[in-house]
Amino acid sequence: MSETLIFYALSGLAIGASALVIGQRNPMYSVLMLIASFGALAGLYIQLDAPFVAVAQIIIYAGAIMVLFLFVVMLLNAPKEDGADWDQSHPLRLPAVTRLGSMLAVLLVVQLTWALTEASNIGGAVSGGHDGGTVSSVRQLGRTLFTDYVFAFEATSILILVAMVGAVMLARREGERS
Amino acid sequence: MHASSRVAREAPGLRGALTMDLRTLVQLGIIGLTFFMLINASAVLVLAERKIMGFMQQRFGPYLVGPHGMLQPLADIIKLLMKEELRPKGADKWLFTLAPILSVTAAFAAFATVPWGAETTLFGLLDEPVRLGVADVNVGVLVIFAITSMGVYGIVLAGWSSNSKYSLFGGLRASAQMISYELSYATALAAVILLSGSLSLREVVDSQAGTWFGVIPSWYVFLQPVGFIIYMIAGVAETNRAPFDFPEAEQELVAGYNTEYSSVRFALFPQAEYINMTTMSAVATDLYLGGWHGPFLPAEYGWIWFLLKVGAILFTYIWVRWTLPRYRYDQLMQFGWKWLFPAAVINLVVTAALVLYFNV
Amino acid sequence: MIPLSHYLFVSAVLFAIGTTGVFLRRNLITILLSIEIMLNAVNLSFVAFGRQMGTVDGQIIVFFVMTVAAAEAAVGLAIVIGLFRHRESLNPDAFVSLKW
Repeated sequence: MSETLIFYALSGLAIGASALVIGQRNPMYSVLMLIASFGALAGLYIQLDAPFVAVAQIIIYAGAIMVLFLFVVMLLNAPKEDGADWDQSHPLRLPAVTRLGSMLAVLLVVQLTWALTEASNIGGAVSGGHDGGTVSSVRQLGRTLFTDYVFAFEATSILILVAMVGAVMLARREGERS
Repeated sequence: MHASSRVAREAPGLRGALTMDLRTLVQLGIIGLTFFMLINASAVLVLAERKIMGFMQQRFGPYLVGPHGMLQPLADIIKLLMKEELRPKGADKWLFTLAPILSVTAAFAAFATVPWGAETTLFGLLDEPVRLGVADVNVGVLVIFAITSMGVYGIVLAGWSSNSKYSLFGGLRASAQMISYELSYATALAAVILLSGSLSLREVVDSQAGTWFGVIPSWYVFLQPVGFIIYMIAGVAETNRAPFDFPEAEQELVAGYNTEYSSVRFALFPQAEYINMTTMSAVATDLYLGGWHGPFLPAEYGWIWFLLKVGAILFTYIWVRWTLPRYRYDQLMQFGWKWLFPAAVINLVVTAALVLYFNV
Repeated sequence: MIPLSHYLFVSAVLFAIGTTGVFLRRNLITILLSIEIMLNAVNLSFVAFGRQMGTVDGQIIVFFVMTVAAAEAAVGLAIVIGLFRHRESLNPDAFVSLKW
């Protein structure tokens, strides 16, 4: 079935690209791989009947946030990550890595079991009760956003304002006149 | 509409099967035609640009190849294809090749959701009308916006992978410029979406049918003059055309992001630029100038109006390029953030208030 | 129809990849990218749950997450630029001193 095939292709791409983001040392490639991963996720959102989220994912994440990352990588001409120097200066580094690694494995297993059990419960309760047609409506999305979530929306706008001012303050060179 | 097409699809008999095949064929033909027109738009625009530039500078422009220099684009293409493909020593092998491909792919893909004509039965050939345009998406405006925002990566990657300081500066400028002007661009679009109440380009166009007082065509450009101007300015910046051609600015950065490119890889960048121009003009036509709606012609021939309007906007692009000098880079940023974006926001707020006041 | 658990599995794997990146990588930019992966993993499960429940709430939360991610990226990258100016390095271990 093509739908299943597309799902596996997209999720495989998303996971593979994300693994490559942290799997190699060139920050430029990391950013590009993350863009590929976001593209695959946008495809998954379309499969989930959320075309507006998919497009927003491309516009906001891939089109704006990642350009910002790329800009900083190019601006700093960021070097490839060097491991050896700092590994030697910190003897505690190696054990910590292995400790965290095992912690992560446990975390993943816990999360997976929890999610899968919970999901099967919900699936039994709700499945088939609603169709996706109402969910994908942009109009309904907007209506809910500006009625039920209007306070959160306003709070977010203030958050963005604060972040903007903060970013300008942080990135300003010292001694520069305001 | 959907129900009726489903009935037609399930209807037995030879005629049903035949028309379905014909319909698929016609739709494929429309897709092919759109692609063909876009490819040739870049060739025609190269010639048009050089001819118009020549006219504005009181000279003839290209005149040697063919009658009145008409075959000049062909000569250009042959020259570019015959050139040696060079790659700088320190360049990133994969990204250097990927960048122009990405650029031109994004340019082509962006046109996919732009409708360019009314529904037509091709003079009674088909039972049900087909739509002129590649795809019809219910969030079409946003899809175009998303894909054009991907186009910047081609330029940025070209700048970075060339391993040249001029190219790097070109890429840096491109990323900052595009982020800045995309905001104004999107905000100008949002005002039109508010007026039409739909994110589908076809519905936006169809809401502009008819006239006011029987004389003035009811195009959104008359309701959104400020928005249209903002859209055009941001569109020039988005397509990296003079007076905002900072990523390539040949007097400052040699040729910016495409300094190190040659041959086919180089040819793809101007092609992407011209296709982007065409897309910008087509979207402007759909959003502000009523698309294929116009007087004198029946709806079947609406695409002639569409082509005329797109041509007029493209001429304006070229006109602006050869009239205005390039800004300074800090002036570009100042203008974008301190004038254009506030103007777009005020335009949006006023539009929203008026829409709310007149038809709640 | 893909079952919900499949999406949750993808989401969980992505989240784990993001967490691993934050712990293992020694480049401030890659760490920020890993955080973006984690946020996206959560977004995916929000949308999947919202689809399952037949409400738009999941999608709306995703918009808020995106906004927060944008703010986080802006501030985070500004901090990275500031740090890079001081030490000419993107290695978080270069910034262990409390004062400079």
